[in-house]
Amino acid sequence: MIIFMVILMGILMVCAIAVTATKSLLNSVLVFMGFSIVMSIIWILFESPDLAITEAAVGAGVTTVLFLATLKRIKAIDLEENLIIEENDQSEIPSWAVAENNEKVEGGASDEL
Amino acid sequence: MGPNLLANYSEAVAFILFVIGFANLLLQKNLIKKIIGLNIMDSGLYLFLAAKGYITGRVAPIVVDGVQSVEAYINPVPSGLVLTGIVVSVSVTAFMLALTVRLYKRYHTLNLDEISMWLNKEGR
Amino acid sequence: MSFKSWINGEEDLLLNNLKTTRREDDHVKPLLTDEEKKSENSKVLNKIYNVEDNRRLKRFDKTYRVVAIVFCVLLAAAMLFTISYLPKVGDPDTPANSSVVSERYIESGLQETGATNIVTGMILTYRAFDTFGETNVLFIATVCVMVLLMLDEKILEKLDKTSDRIYEPDYDPILTLAAKVLCPIILLFGIYIVLNGQLSPGGGFSGGAILGAAMILYNAAMGFGKTQRFFNENIYKVAKITALCMYGLIGTYFYITGANGIDNMIPLGTVGAILSGGIILPIDIAVGIEVACTMYAFYALFRRGGL
Repeated sequence: MIIFMVILMGILMVCAIAVTATKSLLNSVLVFMGFSIVMSIIWILFESPDLAITEAAVGAGVTTVLFLATLKRIKAIDLEENLIIEENDQSEIPSWAVAENNEKVEGGASDEL
Repeated sequence: MGPNLLANYSEAVAFILFVIGFANLLLQKNLIKKIIGLNIMDSGLYLFLAAKGYITGRVAPIVVDGVQSVEAYINPVPSGLVLTGIVVSVSVTAFMLALTVRLYKRYHTLNLDEISMWLNKEGR
Repeated sequence: MSFKSWINGEEDLLLNNLKTTRREDDHVKPLLTDEEKKSENSKVLNKIYNVEDNRRLKRFDKTYRVVAIVFCVLLAAAMLFTISYLPKVGDPDTPANSSVVSERYIESGLQETGATNIVTGMILTYRAFDTFGETNVLFIATVCVMVLLMLDEKILEKLDKTSDRIYEPDYDPILTLAAKVLCPIILLFGIYIVLNGQLSPGGGFSGGAILGAAMILYNAAMGFGKTQRFFNENIYKVAKITALCMYGLIGTYFYITGANGIDNMIPLGTVGAILSGGIILPIDIAVGIEVACTMYAFYALFRRGGL
């Protein structure tokens, strides 16, 4: 049992360092999900099944979904910008402003993901 | 150094996790990675609390067959504290992610340095 | 006049009938003309090629990193040093484990709360006030996320179904079939965990999170149109506020009648039955509804900007 515990603790630390080291945000979110699942096994070894259920549902489930939704939202941000611009009077905006905005969005989002 | 470092390896791991998360907070420039670092800090603290309440050879605090002696079960107090903490940490995470989305909407970047540069430029 | 309009958010009673209006969006249009832009550019170029300034910045960055790393290493060393003097993990005689509080919870928890799961019995009766505060934290967090991310209904109507924000999936056979098979099972499991909280591991928080996860899965597979048939904004408001008020009322009643030891209206029941545990079951249901609503609301707000 102690060996199993030590192995799990090792995986925990490797996951925590991997989150720091990975370049891609998607990868680090997925590694963090693995971290939560290992954590929920450790709760069972510590005789706290309540915590294991909660960690598996909240840490591995809902938190990861929230992170992924944020990544999706950040990548899809240009749709909303275009919508706002359509809503206002388009003729007032100089052409270079619109172009610059789009450039910025593409450059920013594709680098991060 | 005291005598109990090897026996307390789970507490040691808990605080190493805490420090890794804290280093993430200090050194990362990306806001989402900072939030993940804060979550890792949370996990480290919960691990420390659970290790404090664990007692070797005893079972989870669920009464079976009417046995109610203290010698049979682990300490239930840390479990209760951590249970509330996990649920609060998810709501804090959601709040920080919402703030991140707003910042991205306005400045089109997740890098904290660039955001503070824009803030400087706007004169705030 | 004003109470109804205050409820609707049109007027503020406290601020001397200040009319509240919708704030202008902060999607600021760039207001610079071409000349201003040029002068701005030259300023930026001057700043970029200022060697002295750059050197200073670089030095600051390096110092910051070194100081941060050294601080973290020192912190880790200090903590490990402290841990080596702490009592061993698993030792029954530590001050934390031999305190009177946990002894009392284990020895007389079953008689006083009627719950076989001591953890649930502890956080929902002895520490009910604490848990009430935490449920309020969930409520406030949802409100804050709503303030930050909720979109106007006008904008929501303008988004057509192909846009990424309000993506209604086409018939995707694998995802749809998996959701159809899995959702009822996950919902049933969540309800079981909520109702069985006083007997087995689980309770309001874990069961509520599982219920919320099932609703998120259904939403991801079927889209917002189908989910809104059984869970829309009005149902969300009613469910969440009812659950919070129910918890508050039951908790207040419990504390007014003496918290324990005195007979109150809700009997403890036979140990081991579903309908046992006194106030634990109704509070569990309230907390479960609250957590499920919160989890689903977070997802819906992040994904779409509305419920």
